[in-house]
Amino acid sequence: MRIPLRAAVAAVGIAALTAGCSGGSGDGAAPAGTTAPEGGASAEETGAPARDDADLVIWTDELKIDPVTQIAEQFGEENGISVAVQAVTDLQANFITANAASNGPDVVVGAHDWIGNMVQNGAIDPLQITADQLGQYSEVAVDAVTYDDQLYGLPYGVEALVLYRNTDLAPEAPATLDDAFATGLQLKEAGTVESAFNLPVGELGDAYHMQPLYTSLGGYVFGRDASGAYDPTDLGVGDEASQAAGARIQELGEGGSGVLTRSVSGDNSIALFADGQAPYLLSGPWARADVEAAGFGWDVQAVPGFAGAEPAQPFTGVQAFYVASNGTNKAFAQEFVTGTMNTEEAMQTMYDGANIPPSLVSLQESEVAADPQLQAYLDAANAGEPMPSIPQMGAVFEPLGQAYSAIIGGADGAETMVQTGDTIRAAIS
Amino acid sequence: MVSQQLRPAPQESPASHAAPRGSRSVPVLLLKVLVLAVVISTVVALTPALVAAERWGFLVFFWVLVLLVVAVYATRRAIPLKYLLPGAVLLFSFVVYPVISTFQVSLTNLGDGTRATREEATAQILGASVVQAPDAPRYNLSVATTGSPSAGPYAFLLVDPATGEASVGTDEGLEPLPDATVTDGFVTAADGYELLTPVQVNDASAQLADLTVPVDGGAIRQLGIRQAFLGSTPLVYDEDAETITNTDTGAVYAPTLQGDREYYVSADGQRLSDQSWAADVGLANYVRAFTDARILSDFLGTFGWTLVFATLSVATTFALGTVLAIVLNDRRVRGQKVYRSVLLLPYAIPSFISLLLWSGFWNTDFGLINDLTGLSVNWFGGETTAKVAVILTNLWLGFPYMFLVVTGALQAIPEDLKEAAGLDGAGGFTGFRTITFPLLLIPTAPLLVASFAFNFNNFNTIFLLTGGGPFTPDNPTAGGTDLLISYTIRLAFGASGAQFGFASAIAVLLFILTGVVAALQFRLTRRLEDVI
Repeated sequence: MRIPLRAAVAAVGIAALTAGCSGGSGDGAAPAGTTAPEGGASAEETGAPARDDADLVIWTDELKIDPVTQIAEQFGEENGISVAVQAVTDLQANFITANAASNGPDVVVGAHDWIGNMVQNGAIDPLQITADQLGQYSEVAVDAVTYDDQLYGLPYGVEALVLYRNTDLAPEAPATLDDAFATGLQLKEAGTVESAFNLPVGELGDAYHMQPLYTSLGGYVFGRDASGAYDPTDLGVGDEASQAAGARIQELGEGGSGVLTRSVSGDNSIALFADGQAPYLLSGPWARADVEAAGFGWDVQAVPGFAGAEPAQPFTGVQAFYVASNGTNKAFAQEFVTGTMNTEEAMQTMYDGANIPPSLVSLQESEVAADPQLQAYLDAANAGEPMPSIPQMGAVFEPLGQAYSAIIGGADGAETMVQTGDTIRAAIS
Repeated sequence: MVSQQLRPAPQESPASHAAPRGSRSVPVLLLKVLVLAVVISTVVALTPALVAAERWGFLVFFWVLVLLVVAVYATRRAIPLKYLLPGAVLLFSFVVYPVISTFQVSLTNLGDGTRATREEATAQILGASVVQAPDAPRYNLSVATTGSPSAGPYAFLLVDPATGEASVGTDEGLEPLPDATVTDGFVTAADGYELLTPVQVNDASAQLADLTVPVDGGAIRQLGIRQAFLGSTPLVYDEDAETITNTDTGAVYAPTLQGDREYYVSADGQRLSDQSWAADVGLANYVRAFTDARILSDFLGTFGWTLVFATLSVATTFALGTVLAIVLNDRRVRGQKVYRSVLLLPYAIPSFISLLLWSGFWNTDFGLINDLTGLSVNWFGGETTAKVAVILTNLWLGFPYMFLVVTGALQAIPEDLKEAAGLDGAGGFTGFRTITFPLLLIPTAPLLVASFAFNFNNFNTIFLLTGGGPFTPDNPTAGGTDLLISYTIRLAFGASGAQFGFASAIAVLLFILTGVVAALQFRLTRRLEDVI
């Protein structure tokens, strides 16, 4: 969700459909169109990943493969079995498809907002972890991996949006978003920076990055029912608070103060900030390496709210381990996830290798002592609400993002939010 | 090998039948026998796997293929088929078969939430409802057997860590096991039982998952290799009524149709789970494509733009490529090779990279285009400007190919034709219009058709530049620059969950459309060839 993996999706899509579509072009042969060579290349990347043959197979992505391999190899040695850790692109879709065909892994590592879709496809098994053990993880992490009153994932990392600040340009930590916007606009008018406040919008919009602003202005996406689960029938988009939020966002957009603009997108937001062209950056822990390498003074804080409004609540994303429902080595998979991974040692390895703020409370405490900046990331994650993982959420991000993009481009805020609410409601009914 | 096969005349007299056999060279014959043997043995080797997987359709297909190959290549009868068969097999495997499977999928509701069969979905719903009893002990588990480690019967040798007492659990219940040897909290030996190694426990996962030890408050189940827990489920499946009952609340969930799929739903409309199962829906997906007003208008609008995009892409790249090729084909131009190499550069850069660069170039505030021209147009923000930007980018990506093709074709046109035309007074542009251009079209026309078909499905350009946008708030499924292919892929794999069934229906319609368009074009091309 944070970086649109367009290339990966492109690959899958092309393989699935060009066979059926371009076959009809009569001359089926020559992929010699105007931009020829890539047609073939992308088709090669698409082949669904093949499951390695081992006593425990784990699928993860490129960024986490090193620490996961380290832990898995130790597990293999302890139990005298072979292990295989594979980095798989477009992991969720590939996992669900492979699992349904009994070609999938035994354990999969991924974000918690996949849970709803994985459960509706029967792809993962619930985990049995004692209440004592669960109590050692931060509340928001346990909340996120709980679905239909069952625990489905073992959380190892928590991520939420934070506010980065270039302290050379803006020395004072803003107490409210209004302060940050005012400082940013001053710097922009003075010609010091090109962008007052880097929040990725782009032409397609970005509902994930807009969520802290939206919640601070009183909006919400899905309400929760009595048991604390997200309720797809309680949609907040289109209600009065969201209309007010839309109107306020419109004032901040291109037709208003110009704090938010479609020129800043996921493709350039972090890079512009790292170039010193923006005093503030709204992004997640994944931007930290770029910001640190930029060479100016920087600070990070949880995203503040608007003056006199609600606190800003970003979506918290939780990274977790899951046990596949059709794995061939279920006993080892259960043992690995609920036993080996469920230790401070393994969690430490994950944090050292993948650098995602940890979800284990004792690890949070020991790491903050060495790295005080980490506290801001943890505060942000704890202040956030877990991203809804219900399958209906899939019908929200695109239209809501597009609505924000339109509003920032000058469309009527209140009216657009009502329309978008209707669109989403029609899609999930 | 080909030249060998050409030798015998198609119609052989019976008398000459034996003669040509001797004329065959031995290596060729050996090669032929070898290839046939490889084909036959491959299919023989595949057969057990196909039987095991119960893929009868593939089994029949492969054996028919073997018989055909043997009949065609081992005998001397069907000479034309020797040339047609490979192409026909490839056509069937890579065009006909995918279309047939796509059509089959289009008759189902396959998608996210409906990937399992009803039995699988029911089992998963029941399995996922097991909850551990609060405050119940976690047992230390050693899996043992009274039979063989691979076939069972199995028993759980359990130690309660709180009391240190050992017991044995089978599907009949929990019994004390006083004479067991307990080391470090685990049973390590017991009379009459053989303990399983971790690998053996793992291999028996499927059987062990069915072993539950009934006790008060639920049942003891295996958890991984070394633990067991006390869990219970309130759900009971009634096989006769095909319903699931929640014994805590008394609610009965029966399969109920909601939309295009069935769920377990209670009398008061509560879904037990979001999990549904695959079902045949007949032509419902096609009915939806043609009756849903939004989908129909999206489809037609997108189809119109797809035609415009493909036509303009071919026309602009061909025009620019031709102009540049003709200019650089003139002998008076110095440094032809340098210019030609430079012009080929856009073609040499992978289009994935240039497309991402271009998507940055069109940025309103930070993009190269607005910086150079002094404009402040939000290119991708408006439908028309986005379309212009997409066509221009595709022109950049595509003209070197046309330049290359036309340069080659120009050099094949005899100079004396042009000279003759010049002598007859048709010099300059007239000469180009009446002589060079028509001759140019003959070799390039099929390539133009291929290029059109490619651009008709040019997913990369659209997806990497605009993502199909701009979108309007009331319609997140079809954007201003969406081609049919990107629109279909959004339907099939979009964020709202995969809808394979519906997307397959659209893909079948798209296949028919592309076929019709290509057929029309070939007819037009044939007319071009009448020039001479």
